Amino acid sequence: MTFDERYFAVGRLDRLSYGRSLIHRLDPRVKVVATLLFLITVISFPPHEIVALLPFFLFPVLLLTLGGIPAGFILRKIVFVSPFALTIGIFNPVLDTRTVTVIAGLPISAGWLSFLSILLKFVLTTGAALLLVATTSFPGICHALRRLGFPPLFVSQLLFLYRYLFVLAEEAMRMTRARDMRTFGRRGLGVAVFVRLVGVLFLRTVDRAERIYGAMLSRGFRGDIPMLRKFRISFGDLAFLAAATILLGAFKFYPVTEGIGRLAQGVWP
Amino acid sequence: MHMADALLSPAVGTTLWAGSVAVGGYASKKLGSRLDDRLIPLMGVLGAFIFASQMINFTIPGTGSSGHLGGGMILAILLGSHAAFLVMASVLIVQALFFADGGLLALGCNVWNLGFYPCFLVYPLIYKPWVGDGKNPGRILVASVVSVVAALQLGAFSVVLETLASGKSELPFNAFVLLMQPIHLAIGIVEGVVTAGVIAYVHGARPELIESMTASRPLGPRVSFRKIMITFGICVIVTGGFLSWFASTHPDGLEWSIEKVTGKGELPEAEEGIAAVLKGIQQKTAFLPDYNFRPPESEPKTKEVSSDWPGIDSGTSTAGIVGGVIVLAMVGFIGAGIRFFRRGGPAR
Amino acid sequence: MSHHIIDFADVHFRYPDGTEALRGIRFRITHGESVGIVGANGAGKSTLLQHLNGCLLPTQGTVTIGDLALTARTRREIHKKVGIVFQNPDDQLFMPTVFDDVAFGPLNLGLDEARVRERVDTALAMVNGLSLRDKPPHHLSAGQKSAVAIASVMAMEPDILAMDEPAATLDPRSRRLLISLLKGFTHSKIIASHDLDLILDVCRRCIVIGEGRVVADGPSEEILTKRELLEANNLELPLSLQKR
Repeated sequence: MTFDERYFAVGRLDRLSYGRSLIHRLDPRVKVVATLLFLITVISFPPHEIVALLPFFLFPVLLLTLGGIPAGFILRKIVFVSPFALTIGIFNPVLDTRTVTVIAGLPISAGWLSFLSILLKFVLTTGAALLLVATTSFPGICHALRRLGFPPLFVSQLLFLYRYLFVLAEEAMRMTRARDMRTFGRRGLGVAVFVRLVGVLFLRTVDRAERIYGAMLSRGFRGDIPMLRKFRISFGDLAFLAAATILLGAFKFYPVTEGIGRLAQGVWP
Repeated sequence: MHMADALLSPAVGTTLWAGSVAVGGYASKKLGSRLDDRLIPLMGVLGAFIFASQMINFTIPGTGSSGHLGGGMILAILLGSHAAFLVMASVLIVQALFFADGGLLALGCNVWNLGFYPCFLVYPLIYKPWVGDGKNPGRILVASVVSVVAALQLGAFSVVLETLASGKSELPFNAFVLLMQPIHLAIGIVEGVVTAGVIAYVHGARPELIESMTASRPLGPRVSFRKIMITFGICVIVTGGFLSWFASTHPDGLEWSIEKVTGKGELPEAEEGIAAVLKGIQQKTAFLPDYNFRPPESEPKTKEVSSDWPGIDSGTSTAGIVGGVIVLAMVGFIGAGIRFFRRGGPAR
Repeated sequence: MSHHIIDFADVHFRYPDGTEALRGIRFRITHGESVGIVGANGAGKSTLLQHLNGCLLPTQGTVTIGDLALTARTRREIHKKVGIVFQNPDDQLFMPTVFDDVAFGPLNLGLDEARVRERVDTALAMVNGLSLRDKPPHHLSAGQKSAVAIASVMAMEPDILAMDEPAATLDPRSRRLLISLLKGFTHSKIIASHDLDLILDVCRRCIVIGEGRVVADGPSEEILTKRELLEANNLELPLSLQKR
């Protein structure tokens, strides 16, 4: 993806996170905890598991629909994610050629199974992270982290990072445009120009930090960033967490898919 | 080279999380005790700077492919170990969320691989003794390249270890190492040159800046480096121990579920701990008590079919496929239903 | 009331790189005055403003705010009296949401929750910004940003309001709103700007700065009609006074 596309995709995700749907209104702590539970459960399946992973797609589908998040957008983001997991996973079919089963005359090797399993886990885990941030504003996530025991100093600077992410990205974008407009062929795109560009951006950033610090001092900053927002965990939040835990547990400990499959085979033999 | 959730096992993921949280807690504590106020906005804004600079790409000479700035080492040089580690962790958190780079469980690994090594190992042990607060561009260049390469090699090697320990990839150790290390040697050299270039540029343009930044940060971590390692060691032992106990009382998920499905290899009667409780709950609440709708005489056949792959038989996989299709159809149906009601309902 | 007086006595300031930005600034502003500070680029306007609440401290001479001389020690006390709206609202709005940003000052003053919320609402209402409460600053337009920046300073209820180039990024309608807002603020105010029409509209007194010194000081109607004086300082007559 180009600079602009990446930037606007992040911006769109950020805008979505300020929605007002049922899912957006849940307490951020609950969503963070539920997401972590989801991830651990998905990851805990062994390397060759496939069918048991399928019911887990219910979660992203619920978040997408109840949260009013455009599915195509999230899918595109998943596809463009750095493909490290898949690069490593694709070796499995080559390395593990033991035939496990034959489906419709096609021999299926253990390597393909484990690759498919990695692929499913990849989509589920990547989707979970994206959906968390699409349904929870980043400041909300930071509040959750602070409440979950992360050091205030860390959370404060994380909030600064978020606040200036877009400001600096736009600055970088303006600088790159200025470079590209006067670049012909490959000259000017090399390391020397890049280093100076980043150097200038760095100096501007430090000056900006200085101005921000001045603005903070002017408004009485004394080393601690006070925040006024009391999240109260409501009944709805607890119900959500409980439902998520029960479903996750059910999907983890019962072979739901196979059960349904056998049921179907029993009904229509 | 972000480690990814899909390649991780929960044990490896949580262990590295524990390690990164321990180091992060230590760094925050160390910073908090003698913090210059102005470091908080500076750290945050520099985190955003790392992002913004990663969005600017350049052409790597001779190859035509494009590279960007990694961040860990340059932050360590500018902010010192503690602050740099926290900023790097924040950058990775935002990457995990907004770009889905790696993932949230792999975050522990990524913070460790890309934050701990440059900030707490390479910077204090290689870069700082070598360059100190000196401004000799040649020395900065060599030290930066060596440091970035060292940090990336450590990081890449950790990715190999973490992946293998998780057991999701079939890649053998040697091949994996041969795949990862050379690529990261190349990336490291390019990134080292860029890091040195930026540092030298800043030194040239605003020499007082780096001095004032170095002055406002706490002392180097050398004194208590052992403490970090000890804390990490304890975390590893505790989480690793707990998880392996959990795992041992709870037979491996795949075999366990297949044994349940095919009715073979009954679990030992003398069960204890979590597994027994879970099994009890399961038996009480099972909606499909046997999961087996086929006549029992088909069982012996399956044993022959898959002698090298115990446990999976074609009957199971057919049920899996049929079930899978139905499950996905149900999930899609639920989604479509909700969407339909949201569109048509008064909520919109 | 002595606590709204601003007094600059022979103020010099030299940046660490050697640039002499202020070379003997002298003026006195009494309670309720509205003062415009004009001058060419680099004349020292922004540097001067940063001396009002101790972002910078004079290298020579004294700045007195009310009955306190500005030093590193009195800086915090003076922050409560003087509110400065800086040039770039992105630097001023550093908190993740509008609410948090406007609440930042009052919370630092140690007010309780109810008072803080009240002040945030009052300040936002003043700039017509109540609907922006829960938005993050990077979702705001330039006009909205500068409105919120003003609210964040107003929430501190300062005795003296200082602004650096407040209208530069505003569209005409937002600029008009800003002018009527400023006219409604009855305490002392100091506005540094190139927008001479705004100065003429809002400020009764005008100080011209050139090369770090006070070049002229007097009623706006008088100063801003002196064509030669203005042109010598890279300025020109306010549009409203130019013949078409």
